[in-house]
Amino acid sequence: MSDRQAMFAETPLGRRKRRTERVAKYFFGFMAMAMVVPLLLIVGYVVVKGWPCLSWEFLTTNPRGGGIRGGIWPALVGTIYLVGLSLCVSAPIGVLAAVYLNEYAKDNWFTRIVNLAVVNLAGVPSIVHGLFGVGAFVYAMHFGKSIISASLTLAIMTLPVIIASTKEALAAVPMSFREACWNVGATRWQTIRRIVLPNSISGILTGVILQVSRAAGETAPVMLTGVTVYKAVSDNGFFLYTLNEQCMSLSMHLYYIATQASGAPPALPYAIAVVLLAVVLLVNATAITFRVVLRSRKKW
Amino acid sequence: MSDAATKSITTRDLNLWYGKFQALKNINVDIRQGLITGLIGPSGCGKTTLLRCFNRVNERYGNVTTTGEIRVLDRNIYDADVSLVELRKSVGMVFQRPNPMPISVYENVVFGLRIHNRARDLLGTRRKKFYRFAKRLGATAGGGPAGTSRRIDLDEAVEKALTEVGLWKDLKDKLQVKANTLQLEQQQKLCIARLLPLKPEIILMDEPCSALDVEGTRAIEELMFAMKGRYTLVIVTHNMAQARRTSDECIFMLLGELIEHNRTADLFLQPQNPKTAEYIEGRYG
Repeated sequence: MSDRQAMFAETPLGRRKRRTERVAKYFFGFMAMAMVVPLLLIVGYVVVKGWPCLSWEFLTTNPRGGGIRGGIWPALVGTIYLVGLSLCVSAPIGVLAAVYLNEYAKDNWFTRIVNLAVVNLAGVPSIVHGLFGVGAFVYAMHFGKSIISASLTLAIMTLPVIIASTKEALAAVPMSFREACWNVGATRWQTIRRIVLPNSISGILTGVILQVSRAAGETAPVMLTGVTVYKAVSDNGFFLYTLNEQCMSLSMHLYYIATQASGAPPALPYAIAVVLLAVVLLVNATAITFRVVLRSRKKW
Repeated sequence: MSDAATKSITTRDLNLWYGKFQALKNINVDIRQGLITGLIGPSGCGKTTLLRCFNRVNERYGNVTTTGEIRVLDRNIYDADVSLVELRKSVGMVFQRPNPMPISVYENVVFGLRIHNRARDLLGTRRKKFYRFAKRLGATAGGGPAGTSRRIDLDEAVEKALTEVGLWKDLKDKLQVKANTLQLEQQQKLCIARLLPLKPEIILMDEPCSALDVEGTRAIEELMFAMKGRYTLVIVTHNMAQARRTSDECIFMLLGELIEHNRTADLFLQPQNPKTAEYIEGRYG
């Protein structure tokens, strides 16, 4: 009878395991919180501090008085130019290169070196990319310090990460889909175009868009290759900046106002930070919307 | 020549290496037309590899070297002017795990037609609607259905293929459903149906029932019997009972070598090679 009673009763070891389990759960939960809370605090703090300076006019007028009065319009435009142009270069090259590496390339020493190079390039500090940009675009290719040099530098910087993330998205498409295609006589390209790309596009987009925010936030590489402290946009013509001139950017403007300019109202740098954050969040939100729409169409 | 006509697939001194590992050793085999040929043997003996040789899809799996001769329908498939696309249209494959593509049932069946024809030679539902609309407007010429003799009617192809595998009744109202939401048995039948619009001669099946339950297995086997004669079927299986039930001839392989090839009844009742005998008795496997 007592044996019956003891059956399925918890042993001391079991009790200890249960306690560990509970501790582990709360510990990991706490770590997740520890990541989210500072993020919200930072965003909240920046918004509150920058609030007095924010207005429609702040967004849409040229800066005055060495940047400490007026708005940030040219910096906003400059950032959009830089990011947009760099994306036009790095997204197609990166995605297509990744398709080649993942779908066509044979596994030999050469592709292994290329893959290794991609991974390592992704880890190179941005200032090094900036120096490369100075040498390659500003001097060797005679673009001078200009929007085009700075965008190309950003493109070079984001390219390896785009390749890596795209490759990952492609590799996530099950091999069995490719086999199915090959065995009805599809060429590699037909397989890619009809099955692989449609099923990986959301992952590819996410990778690309994440690089947009990274490019928007970078200061060092663009500072060396084409961004300046003050350059008002011309108010005539369709293009606010031409590609061969220098421009302002939000990140550089923030750096300048926060550290170099004297007499700026205390809210100004925070306001610039808010705009920069908003640009990045806007881009990310677009990406998420895209993803949700594309995800809803796929199922496996 | 008359002998060759009854052979769908023949190989002579076929050797195959994955990198430095030799997976197939001097395979000489004649697979007869219109029959079901079973490939049996323990895991890793080269059954699947041999199967993949027959439509040269092996070459898509990386570092593969092949020597020797493979003739499919009396044509050396390593001839320079053999198109892999045409070869694979004639020699289709069905896999262990049903692998319908993540698109609708309809699109799965017409996938082959879509990739092998120009879009304007295909007559789909939408295009038909457009032609009806144009007709009502009074338009006559311009490639309307009047001159459709060369066009392939996709709806017809879908109905024909699904009927042939016995899915039409169940799926005719679900053609736009995503194929990978079907039951596994239906998925596997769909994978067979997907090959049919291309009018294949040979269908290679790599353990087509091992992911299915008893009912599904029976359904696929019945389908195989129904298809026998019109198609040459080659089936890899781990299930000895299935090989015995379904196949007309059986090939036993071991460690990359072909040990025995005989009529199924003979192979199971009077195996010529002691290794075959041991395997079918279940001494290893």
